[in-house]
Amino acid sequence: MSKYNINNSYKAVVIGGSAGSFQGVVKILSQLPKSFPIPIIMCLHRLKHVRNGFVEALSIKSVVQVTEPHDKESIKKGSVYLAPANYHMSVELGNYFALSTEEMVNNSRPAIDITLSTCAFVYKEKLIGILLSGANRDGAAGMKAIHDRGGFTIVQEPSECMIDTMPKAAMAATKIDHVMKVDQIVDFLKELDKQYR
Amino acid sequence: MQDIDIADLKRISEVIYQKYNYDFRNYAMSSFKRRVLRIMELKKLNVETLLKKFNDSPMFINEFLDELTVNVTEMFRDPSFWRVMREEIIPAILLNHRQFKIWHAGCSSGEEVMTMCIMLKEMGILHDVSIIATDLDVNILERAKSATYPIKNMELNEKNYIRFQGSAPTLKDYYKEENGYAVFNKDLLTNVSFRKHDLVLGDIFNKFDLILCRNVMIYFNQSLQNDVLKKFHESLFKYGYLAIGSKESLIWCDYANRFIVVNNEEKIYKKIKD
Repeated sequence: MSKYNINNSYKAVVIGGSAGSFQGVVKILSQLPKSFPIPIIMCLHRLKHVRNGFVEALSIKSVVQVTEPHDKESIKKGSVYLAPANYHMSVELGNYFALSTEEMVNNSRPAIDITLSTCAFVYKEKLIGILLSGANRDGAAGMKAIHDRGGFTIVQEPSECMIDTMPKAAMAATKIDHVMKVDQIVDFLKELDKQYR
Repeated sequence: MQDIDIADLKRISEVIYQKYNYDFRNYAMSSFKRRVLRIMELKKLNVETLLKKFNDSPMFINEFLDELTVNVTEMFRDPSFWRVMREEIIPAILLNHRQFKIWHAGCSSGEEVMTMCIMLKEMGILHDVSIIATDLDVNILERAKSATYPIKNMELNEKNYIRFQGSAPTLKDYYKEENGYAVFNKDLLTNVSFRKHDLVLGDIFNKFDLILCRNVMIYFNQSLQNDVLKKFHESLFKYGYLAIGSKESLIWCDYANRFIVVNNEEKIYKKIKD
């Protein structure tokens, strides 16, 4: 057992973020251990009609190339995925992505709640959910779904967030296992990585 | 909010198939589940009362279809796609055919069809093209035929149009504002035939030079995507084009090798083998 009371049973990490989360995401991706053992699935609010540029910006400093999956693409260990612009991104039983152009949820497409709650459905207690800085309530219901299915929940320390509405909404909606600064989240992921070595 | 499990979803799609001959059994699970839950919430139903409704009220199926199908669309969605259409694909078709046929499969409320017609009109060839636009949902076809879109959507449509043209034109020449709606000039749709057609159970009904089916097959599982691609293959003339959504892919389908990629960024394929 590690200092965070985690083990090597996790199948995926899912990260949600919105306004003010970009720097935190970059920091996490740039300090990620090489050949991280499980997939990282990210849903970040972004400009709806700008298809290019975001994944490239995230990839510059990332240890692992970030990709925007195609519909029905299989989820692979050690890969980092980003929900594409103007699509909702779900995870399906069978461990692959499904995209959709349904109505916006919480004024967002991609919506964090959709990615988080479909991950919770598929991975159950074998999921770690991380919610970062943001200006609306998207992600709160998703974090609740993760907790309710037995997964592990982390939010960014509100005092460190550029806008703390999102982590605070999640804290009000469900039990959060850890409230952490980005540096601690990095440390946590390194500790998680060690469990698989 | 209530939840629904996979066994219930299977019961629901089975009843719909047996009773009404619509086949949702191979729809992608997560979005199908969200759609069904949405309808149950909207109509204040649970699984049992929903199933009862399918048994007791034959008209309910139309309401259900209208809510189930995803009707979120925009004019000039992905402006870069439309530039490739105008500058590469349509000119390539015109090299060999003065007149040609287009199928919009899963046309929803018709924004993509209207986009095509505006582009063809601006190219001066609208009257050389015959277009068939199909959807499963008869209510949405009526809306598409009316060429009428909520005015609140026009800001986005205009933005896309500007990015397509690369200057600052306006769509206002094509529509009038009436009671909160943009009512487009119906002459633009003269060569368009709107028809009900089911991609899953429906037959091949014509041959085309270009098929657009963007962000429709994402609601299907892989096995159904595979079947539908076979239908598109059969519905295309040799060297005809197929356009799918920017984040869709054909590479895992059986018939993938009968197509070549013409533009990978915009997901435009060309049939090269019968």
